[in-house]
Amino acid sequence: MIGEELVQLLTPEGERVANSDYESKLGSDEIFGLYRDMVIIRRLCNESTSLQRQGQLALWAPIQGQEAAQIGAGRALAPMDFTFPTYREHGIAWCRGVPPKDMLRLFRATSNGGWDPQKYRHSVPTVVLGNQALNAVGYAMGVQRDGAEEAVMAFFGDGASSQGDVLESFVWAASFNTPTVFFCQNNQWGISTPMSIQSKIPLYHRAHGFGFPGIRVDGNDVLAVYEVTKRALENARVGGGPTLIEAYTYRLGAHTTSDDPTRYRIDAEVEVWKHRDPIERVKSLLVREYHVKTAKFDEVTAEADAMALELREDVLAMDRPDPITMFDNAYAAPHPLVDEGRREMIELGVSVGAHS
Amino acid sequence: MTMAKALNEGLRRAMEKNKKVLIMGEDVGKLGGVFRITDGLQKDFGEDRVIDAPLAESAIVGTAVGLAIRGYRTVCEIQFDGFVYPAFDQIVSQVAKLHKRSDGVYTMGLVIRIPFQGGIGAIEHHSESPEAYFAQTAGLRVVSCSTPNDAYWTIQQSIEHDDPIIFCEPKSRYWEKGEVDLDNPPQGLFEAAVRREGSDVTVIGYGSSVKTMLRAADTAAVEGTSLEIIDARSIAPLDLETMARSLEKTGRLVVVQEAPHMASIGSEIVAELSERCFYSLRAPGIRVSGYHVPYPPTRIEEEYRPSVDRILDAVDRVMGAES
Repeated sequence: MIGEELVQLLTPEGERVANSDYESKLGSDEIFGLYRDMVIIRRLCNESTSLQRQGQLALWAPIQGQEAAQIGAGRALAPMDFTFPTYREHGIAWCRGVPPKDMLRLFRATSNGGWDPQKYRHSVPTVVLGNQALNAVGYAMGVQRDGAEEAVMAFFGDGASSQGDVLESFVWAASFNTPTVFFCQNNQWGISTPMSIQSKIPLYHRAHGFGFPGIRVDGNDVLAVYEVTKRALENARVGGGPTLIEAYTYRLGAHTTSDDPTRYRIDAEVEVWKHRDPIERVKSLLVREYHVKTAKFDEVTAEADAMALELREDVLAMDRPDPITMFDNAYAAPHPLVDEGRREMIELGVSVGAHS
Repeated sequence: MTMAKALNEGLRRAMEKNKKVLIMGEDVGKLGGVFRITDGLQKDFGEDRVIDAPLAESAIVGTAVGLAIRGYRTVCEIQFDGFVYPAFDQIVSQVAKLHKRSDGVYTMGLVIRIPFQGGIGAIEHHSESPEAYFAQTAGLRVVSCSTPNDAYWTIQQSIEHDDPIIFCEPKSRYWEKGEVDLDNPPQGLFEAAVRREGSDVTVIGYGSSVKTMLRAADTAAVEGTSLEIIDARSIAPLDLETMARSLEKTGRLVVVQEAPHMASIGSEIVAELSERCFYSLRAPGIRVSGYHVPYPPTRIEEEYRPSVDRILDAVDRVMGAES
């Protein structure tokens, strides 16, 4: 065993745990802020699932159960850091300042991206598993050449950990000592594929074989995720090289709205993880240690409800793009075949709002 | 100078002009690449700019994507055509699509150099013509070169271009010499070149085929048939205007390529020109291609690659179709 098996600073009951390497120095306001983030992102996620069920989204990838992993990591980032997400990093996107409606453009199928990645320093979603890990390492090689003190974070899941691109990215990050933090949310399931056939060893152990540190953190403990990520990012920024963080967590919901997890996993397993809910444990801490009143929690709930309503209105108002825009930005420079297609569409009289 | 030297000089000049230009690939540094195209560049520009990569093609391209997002322009060297397939996912899924997916925020200014086509007596996976795979993908551009002068300029033009470019180098022509004009580029990156004017048959090809086509033209001339030889240069997009201008004049078309003809560049040229020049055609366009088999053991590769004889047979067919 390398180090402590699992970094945990809060038990599922919200009691503090002493750890020889990590300590949370966050005050009540900061912890309450993390709680607020998690409540809002869960609410927005639930609203998105409803929107999909009502036919307003083509698909949704829920994050219930993974809020602490994403908010802990997202809040540990510095403004100049750069992040490379999958399609499920709604909590990270929230922390980077991406407007919720922009996160839904991909899922409403009005865009293949959704936001300005340079503005938020949060790249566009990557759907092909693991590609973004190499892109993140390349970006980090650029940071090195610029002599900048910035960290780059690559997100992926237990499923993508089997992809060649992720493993190649480990080789490169190690060889070139790039300022990359690999953040793997191990939510135990790659659609129906269980961890047991993805890896015969804990995922974080893999890092040692590639020559850099790996650490497993309780992914449902926002304080632990925050501290572990913060230190890995600081280490990366000052030339300390890459770290693999395995956030050990659980996908409480389906892989996506097209998935039916009852076909491959048992309710008892889900029940166990519900008792490890990331939001409830912070709430317990806030009540016990900081005597936060019910009214204050209710305010957050109301705020989240209002945001969900706003999101719903934004999504419903999000019309299909003008078909002619498919020709924009296919290339940076003029291209005869793109021009030909555009001309043809104009001649056919396709216009904004034409549905048939 | 040789095409290999011309590419080397072109890369050097691009690196001198723009400090954001990097070279990355297997053995490109101390060794100078297995074909020595990057010879001496690491010594002069340093290990940060000429990067000896671990042996992983997907990573060579995948990290070049990240470098592009950061504002660098990386020239990736794929050691041989048959080794590009591990990088296919990154090329098709990210390189080709990120400009669009980011609504134009990301510029994917990177060049992927691939020594392609056969003719060097190599073992398997070292003689392939994968250009059509990439030409089919929206978001990519594919160019080739056939002379040292073209090589010197097109590599620089490709590096300066804001779209990702698959740069196909005819490895069998690396060591052939030609004049290089160091001051003036011969033409734009996406323009075809008329290599020899003629009046009876338009023969179009690219890369290593161009020289074979010129030899065929010499032989045909002796027999009284005048071939107009066009080097397509750009594979995607194609310079159809230059090609159509020639075909309007000759009325007969032969296209030459080492790749098999199924869903190939040659097929696309024939289809496009048939649409554009239908009423000028005096015979159907014919493709002279590699056969639809895996690239053969190279002791028999000359029976696979389009030869002077096979090109002349095709010329006879388009000439005879009229009588």
